[in-house]
Parts: sequence; structure tokens; C-alpha cells
Amino acid sequence: MDLIVQRRIRQVLKGDQNAFGEIVELYKDKVYQICFRMLWDRHEAEDAAQETFLKAFLNIHTYNVDKKFSTWLYRIATNLCIDKIRKKKPDYHLDAEIAGTDGLNMYSHLSSGDQLPEEEVESLEVQETIHQAILLLPEKYRSVIVLKYIEELPLQEIANILDLPLGTVKTRVHRGREALRKHLRHL
Amino acid sequence: MTSCPKQIVHLMHEYLDGEIEEATKKELKLHLDTCADCKKHYAELKKTIALVQSASHIEAPAGFTAKVMALLPREGKKIGIERWFRHHPFLTAASLFLLLMGGGMVSMLEQDDNHFAFTKNTELKVENETVIVPAGTVIEEDIVVKNGDIRIEGAVDGDVTVINGERYMASAGNVTGEIEEIDRLFGRLWFELKSLFK
Repeated sequence: MDLIVQRRIRQVLKGDQNAFGEIVELYKDKVYQICFRMLWDRHEAEDAAQETFLKAFLNIHTYNVDKKFSTWLYRIATNLCIDKIRKKKPDYHLDAEIAGTDGLNMYSHLSSGDQLPEEEVESLEVQETIHQAILLLPEKYRSVIVLKYIEELPLQEIANILDLPLGTVKTRVHRGREALRKHLRHL
Repeated sequence: MTSCPKQIVHLMHEYLDGEIEEATKKELKLHLDTCADCKKHYAELKKTIALVQSASHIEAPAGFTAKVMALLPREGKKIGIERWFRHHPFLTAASLFLLLMGGGMVSMLEQDDNHFAFTKNTELKVENETVIVPAGTVIEEDIVVKNGDIRIEGAVDGDVTVINGERYMASAGNVTGEIEEIDRLFGRLWFELKSLFK
């Protein structure tokens, strides 16, 4: 996959926008997911994900081809989300409830296989609690937890994405896990 | 739990990160087997991770890529060229040099720019600024025609180059080498440079 991406990037550098479309197709779900878990709002996540790709396109010449493209792209996404979280911090806790209901609406759109409606509702409630717990994390813990457990990236790559020392990432993962434990142990 | 060393919780996290050494792993295991509080703590951590990982994976909304593509600036030729210059500072400098040098050469070339000229060869016929390779003849050299056309009815054993003109090829006509038509000044410049280095 990396080879395909590198080839597409070279085409983008030559001015081929369609090649960029293929890059968006490859990474849109991952990027959207990072944004959604960080921001916990469907519309904000979509805006952030679009902005991520726009930024990537405009700055594609600063990408170092020897490095992993996903690391570079996810860094743009997490930085954007962290910025957005900081900007909306004042009314952040008031927001949480409403944003949560919004999420519920969204989940009803997701296909969940052959589950019975009651089970579906129950699992939705569990999902809801999990997301509330992630949302309650301070943004520095939230970003590492999202990258580690939702994107399932190795710690070293998370360190590269966030531009932090590996030790710091470990500490944040540990603290993030402990904080989540406090919210989720009673489930 | 308060009686347990803080180190144990740290070991749990190391274990969860998959970065624990064998010896300490045994130490942790031993402790978890004997301490109910720590065992509970560890179980809760495991459960937490499982719960977070169970968060259903979601996909980007429909039409996402199209929306992103619509956001991109219209990539005119200009942007492409600007980006190219940014990427190739050396080539930019080199082409600037060529351009300035070329400017001098163009004025040199322009002096004999407008009149009809062609490679001298007794076999060639000329009609109204059209060079004709007559049917049945074989010309064994390269032919260059400037500011005129060429009609090939016979055969040319070499290259044919037409500058500011057109080439007509009869069905029986035959050229063994390359055929080039150069119209634009830049192409012409390139041709002159090429022959300069030959």
C-alpha cells in the first residue's frame, strides 16, 4: 500500500488532482474516525477530516517521502482536532449531553448486522458510555488513547505522529487507561 | 490495594503495552495471584481496553471524497508550474540561464528567420517554396527545410526536418530516419541547440 501511496503522491506533486482523490479514498475512514473520536460530533468530525485532507493537499510538498505517509496525515488530523478542542473548551461540558444525543442518532444509521432491536439499544448505551468516557479525557490523553486503541497504532508511531518522546506517550497511555478505568469499571 | 507498591500498577501498564521483561512479568503474576485488589484493578484495566476497542468502527460519510475534491483549489497550469519551480530550484536557475542565453540566440536566429532555405542537393526539385523529393530518387543525406514545405514522393535515406513548414508524404514516399516538424520558436531553439552540440 505504501508503494501505491508514494506513487500517487508523486502524481499529486506533478499536479494530478485525481491522484489525490485516490489518497483520500484510502485514508478517509481512518482520518474521519480519529476526528470523530477526538471531537465526538459528526459534523465537526466531517469538517475536521475535510480540513485535514485540504491541509495535506496544500502542504504535500512538505511531506518527506522517506517517512510514513499515514504518520504525517494523522499528525495533521490530531493537531487540527486538538486545536478545535481547545477553542471550544469553555462550553465543552455543557455541550457533552447534546453532542451525545447527536451521536445516538448517528448510530441508528449504522448497520449493526442481525442484532435484535433490544440488544441494539443496549449496545448503543454501552457505546454511549464508552464515548462519554473517552470524551471526558483531557485532550492529551484522549489523542494517545484514540491512536492506540481505536486506530491500533504502535506506541512508537504515536510518538512520531504527536511529535512526543516515547516515554511521554507511554505515561499518557498509562494515565489515560487509569482514567478510563474509573469511568468504565462498573459497566 | 494501598498496601501494594505503586510499582505493581506500573508493571500492569508495562505488561499491557507488551513491554515487560520476563523476570518482572513473573513478579507481576505472582503478585496478582496473591492480591485480590490488584487482581481486580488489572481485570478492570483489561475490561476497559476491551470496551474501548469494541467502540464500533465508523466510516466517513457518503460523498466524503467528492466534497474534499471540491474544496481543493482549481489546479490551473499556473499553480502546477509554481509548485514545480518550488521543487526544482536548481532547474529553475538553469532554465532562467537558458532563457537569458536563449534570448541572445533568438535575436541571432531571427536575422535569417524569414527566408526560405533548404539543404543543397542536386536531386531536389523546388516549386513555390516547396521542396520536392521526386519519385524514384533516393536522397542519401539528411534534409532540412526552413520556412517552406516538403513533399516526399521518392525516398530519403536520412532525417527530414521541417521548420515553419509542412511535410506532405506521398504514399510511395519513404524516409528511413526521423521526421520532425518544428513550428514554435522554442522548438526551433531546441533544434538549433541540438545541432550545436552534435
